[in-house]
Amino acid sequence: MDTYTGKSIFKGIAIGKILFYQKGEQAVTRVKIQDAQAEIKRYEDATQQAIEQLNALYEKAVKEVGEVNAAVFEVHAMMLEDDDYMDSIRNMIETQQVNAEFAVATTGDNFSKMFADMEDEYFSARAADVKDISERVVNILSGKESGGSIGDEPVIIVADDLAPSETVQMDKDKLLAFVTRYGSSNSHTAILARTMNIPALIGVEISEEWNGKLAVVDGYTGSLYIEPNEETLAAMTAKQEEDRKARELLQKLKGKEDVTTDGRKIRLYANIGGVKDVANVLANDAAGIGLFRSEFLYLESEDYPNEEAQFQAYKTVAENMAGKKVVVRTLDIGADKQVDYFDLGHEENPALGYRAIRICLTRTEIFKTQLRALLRASAYGDIAIMYPMIISVKEVQQAKALVEEIKQELDEKGIAYGNVEQGIMIETPAAVMISEELAKEVDFFSIGTNDLTQYTLAIDRQNMKLDTFYDAHHPAVLRMIQMTIENGHKHGCWVGICGELGADMTLTKTFIEMGIDELSVSPSFVLPIRKIIREM
Amino acid sequence: MKSFNYTITDPVGIHARPAGVLVKEAKKYASAVSVVKGDKKADAKKLMVLMGLGVKCGDEVTVEVDGADEDTAVTALEAFFKENL
Repeated sequence: MDTYTGKSIFKGIAIGKILFYQKGEQAVTRVKIQDAQAEIKRYEDATQQAIEQLNALYEKAVKEVGEVNAAVFEVHAMMLEDDDYMDSIRNMIETQQVNAEFAVATTGDNFSKMFADMEDEYFSARAADVKDISERVVNILSGKESGGSIGDEPVIIVADDLAPSETVQMDKDKLLAFVTRYGSSNSHTAILARTMNIPALIGVEISEEWNGKLAVVDGYTGSLYIEPNEETLAAMTAKQEEDRKARELLQKLKGKEDVTTDGRKIRLYANIGGVKDVANVLANDAAGIGLFRSEFLYLESEDYPNEEAQFQAYKTVAENMAGKKVVVRTLDIGADKQVDYFDLGHEENPALGYRAIRICLTRTEIFKTQLRALLRASAYGDIAIMYPMIISVKEVQQAKALVEEIKQELDEKGIAYGNVEQGIMIETPAAVMISEELAKEVDFFSIGTNDLTQYTLAIDRQNMKLDTFYDAHHPAVLRMIQMTIENGHKHGCWVGICGELGADMTLTKTFIEMGIDELSVSPSFVLPIRKIIREM
Repeated sequence: MKSFNYTITDPVGIHARPAGVLVKEAKKYASAVSVVKGDKKADAKKLMVLMGLGVKCGDEVTVEVDGADEDTAVTALEAFFKENL
């Protein structure tokens, strides 16, 4: 048994024979031609044929892997028609009197190199796309089929790299896993592996000698076992079976309501840190977004993000969630989240310092930009606004007054906005103690258990020395949660938990018994928690 | 020549697909359309060079339009950038 490791793209186990995938690629030879115009015509015909193939592949991919993943073929067709690319090929045929195959392959290499040299990982991964389209045209010119058939037996595909057009042509029922030498976690193969839920390893030192050998891919550890011994094989088979059962159970829960056996409905939402996480929320079938951390807009930016940039981000999320609730937490900068351009200065005790709503209410121009973007985006879905780090009724009233002010401005300009719920994070002991008064002001509470625990126990979670004193289930915290729920309900607020404790499956039952209305957790926890709710 | 500045808000920047859509849009006009990022400039009617600029979210670009229909083109393109990028 030989063991290799790579970077895992998708957690899962695959056991099967290896197929060492040889590209349709062939040595392109340089041939001198006589009639350049006829050769150019041959190239242009092949391009047309390639575009037709790509259109057909696009249709196939839309059905199999969805429109977003299929878009690559649309782009490929456009790349084939790129003026510079076409001119370069025509030029080469004409001035160097070379065959179309050679001109296409050489031009493909040149353009591919341009992308490969780019710093950004996304753009450098596009080098594979240029190679792919060039190979397609070369194959048509030389009368070969693009992409390969992988036979009738399910296999683990091992290759240097795989082009999207190659993977989509493979019969999905026959694919157990991908193992490649190259490729990035942003490559189409990686995206496809995630969409199809099959294990994939990249960056593995592959060998052609593996062809036909039995192997195991362990996506949990990133290991590849070639000709596994009996012990490994037995262990992996058991792990695979366990995996399959667990996934099957969870998949069955998709589309099911989050309702207990005695009929109580719980809003099971997901937490996100940016626009890109929405796909994961939908894939895990969350009923909404309970915490959209808007900080990412500020952290990823070098200056204050303008209203338009924010509006687009919120609108994208709202539209993708298609009418499901999206709770956006307003700017929570400060303490452990520092941004240079805010120029906040050093603080002795940042957790108790100038942060979150305290910044928003003193630097209102920043806050108003965000509120305006949120209100405008609310015309495109069900957006709710949530204020962090609240300790007094006055703060809530001030924030609400700003919202009213902006609504009036929008009305005057005739700009649409939706019906926006406003709520607060309950993450300070002060907010818990006055939660009854706060409840009269807002539509909902969301308990931020991380900060609430830190402030209640006076324990810094980063300090390892305090681990023996720390208790995530401390009765003080649980009683505060209970109190918040009761006071919220007295005045018609719905109450949720969006901190880490919300995903603590040993407490799900307790929270529901306490009367919690909403739990917002990382997308991957949605289905496991749905299981607990439905079994209650 | 007409021009406008724009800060990209699309989370992935002018990557393959948006670049493709932009090329289609730019080709509707007779004027030359260029996208300038820092000291680099790309013809907006050419997909590969446009992608080659590597424009990411938050980057500020200048769009230059030069030609007979530059007035209509610059208005339409500015609206297009706001809507799509």
